[in-house]
Amino acid sequence: MIEFHSVTKRFPDGTLAVEDFSLVLPSRKTTVFVGSSGCGKTTLLRMINRMIDPTSGSIAIDGVDIASGSAVALRRSIGYVMQNSGLLPHRRVIDNVATVPLLKGVKKADAHAQAMELLDTVGLDRVLAYRYPSQLSGGQQQRVGVARGLAVNPNILLMDEPFGAVDPIVRDDLQQELLRLQHDLDKTVVFVTHDIDEAFLLGDQVVILEKGAQIAQVGTPKEILANPASDFVASFIGADRGKRRLAVDSSVARSGDDVVLVDGAGYVAGVIEAPGGVLPGAGAGVNTDSLARSVSNKTDQAGDA
Amino acid sequence: MNLFLDALNFLFDPANLAGSNGILSRLVDHLWYTGLSMAVAVVIGIPLGLLVGHTGRGRNAVVAVSSAARALPTLGLIFLIILYTGLGVGPLIVVLVILAVPPLLAGAYSGLEAVNRQTIDAARAIGMTEWQILLKVEMPLAMPLIFGGIRSATLQVIATATIAGYVGLTGLGRFLIEGLALRDYKLALAGAILVIALALCVDAILALAQRLVVPHGVARGLTRHTDESAAPTPRQHGRVSPAPSNP
Amino acid sequence: MVWLWDNLDLVLRLTADHVRLSIIPIVVGFIVCIPFGWLANRYTVARTILLTLGGVLFSIPSLALFVTLPALLGTRILDEANVVVALCVYAIAVMVRGAADAFSSVSRDVISSSTAVGFSAVSRFWTVEFPLAGPVLLASLRVVSVSTVSLLSVGSLIGVQSLGYLFINGYQRDFPGEILIGIAFTVIVAVVFDTILVLVGRLLMPWTRATPRRRSVTSASAAVTA
Repeated sequence: MIEFHSVTKRFPDGTLAVEDFSLVLPSRKTTVFVGSSGCGKTTLLRMINRMIDPTSGSIAIDGVDIASGSAVALRRSIGYVMQNSGLLPHRRVIDNVATVPLLKGVKKADAHAQAMELLDTVGLDRVLAYRYPSQLSGGQQQRVGVARGLAVNPNILLMDEPFGAVDPIVRDDLQQELLRLQHDLDKTVVFVTHDIDEAFLLGDQVVILEKGAQIAQVGTPKEILANPASDFVASFIGADRGKRRLAVDSSVARSGDDVVLVDGAGYVAGVIEAPGGVLPGAGAGVNTDSLARSVSNKTDQAGDA
Repeated sequence: MNLFLDALNFLFDPANLAGSNGILSRLVDHLWYTGLSMAVAVVIGIPLGLLVGHTGRGRNAVVAVSSAARALPTLGLIFLIILYTGLGVGPLIVVLVILAVPPLLAGAYSGLEAVNRQTIDAARAIGMTEWQILLKVEMPLAMPLIFGGIRSATLQVIATATIAGYVGLTGLGRFLIEGLALRDYKLALAGAILVIALALCVDAILALAQRLVVPHGVARGLTRHTDESAAPTPRQHGRVSPAPSNP
Repeated sequence: MVWLWDNLDLVLRLTADHVRLSIIPIVVGFIVCIPFGWLANRYTVARTILLTLGGVLFSIPSLALFVTLPALLGTRILDEANVVVALCVYAIAVMVRGAADAFSSVSRDVISSSTAVGFSAVSRFWTVEFPLAGPVLLASLRVVSVSTVSLLSVGSLIGVQSLGYLFINGYQRDFPGEILIGIAFTVIVAVVFDTILVLVGRLLMPWTRATPRRRSVTSASAAVTA
């Protein structure tokens, strides 16, 4: 469990990055800080492993104030994954993964054996172990970054926009991989992103932040989607543009059983399964054609009213 | 071409090789001045450059010193110091050290400055101490530029030690200066060839050493590749902000 | 100081010689580096050959080069052409590397987008690549300018008139004041040259004025490669 107690951070240049922030991040869950650039989300993350020290307030991990020990020891006990992997370019992949265990005095053979297993864990071929980071693709580098973050078997994993610089298909892959990993490993993950869809996908607890790390809303993705706490949240998650409100589109000729859905602005959002032409949960006898008709009727009526 | 043949004849005449004024003895002297002053300069210049590069403090002073040093005419400096301190190896070493420190300083400092800030940030974030960051991350990555500084300082010292011949000290420059003074062009040319050969050999040896010392993966092409593939804002080089950035 | 007033004519004449002789290598280095730098940036083979050659030439001690050139060029040993040619060699060696780095510093996106909007190869070079390579070129040129002014005085050992004469004369007469004045005037010439280069750079490249930090870094690393 990570607790923020009225944490404030003012940088030497005067910017107030975080103002009076208090929150509990539950153990073995993924908490996602999401917000626009400059909202202070990365500052919050970096305060957990003391890359940044708060100006006032305190942070505790499992009830122990993190300021009480040495920063270096704290950092070695916490996994950290950053946007551009931050791998050491002059060391081979395997040495990158084993960096912290080696710093802690683990024998080289043991550290390497464990690093090999971690490559398996993050889905990397072992032949890549003896390459240099620059010989890997962006997605592979990020996987190595995750493996390095896991190398000391930390309870806490901090992830600072780890998938921000890879292309959408690879990002998808990595997100799924992280979900699988989290399912197997059960870490306390703190994840920073500016992508609300990523936040909803990965987060057990999603924290939407405004400037100065002011909490706009905390909750599960479902809670936030169902009840945006403010106009800011509604706009941030796209509810105000109708992006989250889906309807069956009757204008497209149906081939097969599935039904095309459009969002409130009329953009195609996806398809919904309708076995035998019937939407799940719909009463017997209601087929998609009549549903579509009734939906469009409703819109017509709304237009008339 | 006749001149070159004359000079080569001088060089390959066994009579000129041994003896207290022979080529070998003067070569040893030249190497001795160079080695000693480089050793002193490295001890002073590199730690200082690393300190400035790591902390980012005093960078303006380093830039100012290294460009000012380039403007100082070595010939004037050497004569001036010898007039004040008297003739001897000591004053010569002092001059050579003064000349060698600025390039070493600049090499170490700019080498560290060129290391990707994100790499250093990541090293700190995973729990390296400041010493470990310096020794295991910054120095290996800065090695090409640190070595560049060592090489240009060494060449500078070899060249300046040649001038020492003028103030009566030995070294290979002595042949050259004697040749000029005696209007014996063959001798001067032979001296010049010796000095050139020495400079090229030493630089080649250093280049070889550089290959051995610079880690794989820091070879020029590779680091550049990392920069471009990984970073959306690739050229962070040259930015020294010890305060963490706040996105 | 009294010595300076008494010998002002001599000092000024030597300064004029110094300025005249050091301008030539700076200009030649700048002109020659452009085609060679372009070649080195364009073809890897050319880069390897030119930069290796430049490195070798640059590592030759100046006095030794001054003395060797008469045998190569057939000039008289006292001819000031020896010194000027040697300094040109150094200037070109430094500038070619600098120019290769300068051209490779131009963003590929900018080059390809200017190709895309329809620049021909030649006009793209003169209107896009060359100006954008300017700041890095200028950094190298400043290094060349300062070191040329400083190295020229070594030429007085083989009898070429420059401010270096004051060093030798002062040393032979055991008169440090004369050497100090020689050093001071050499530094003044170097500073004036540098200031002129910076001002011309600002005039021709107004877009660089906002980022003075970068330039100092480039010149520091140029100092290392030089």
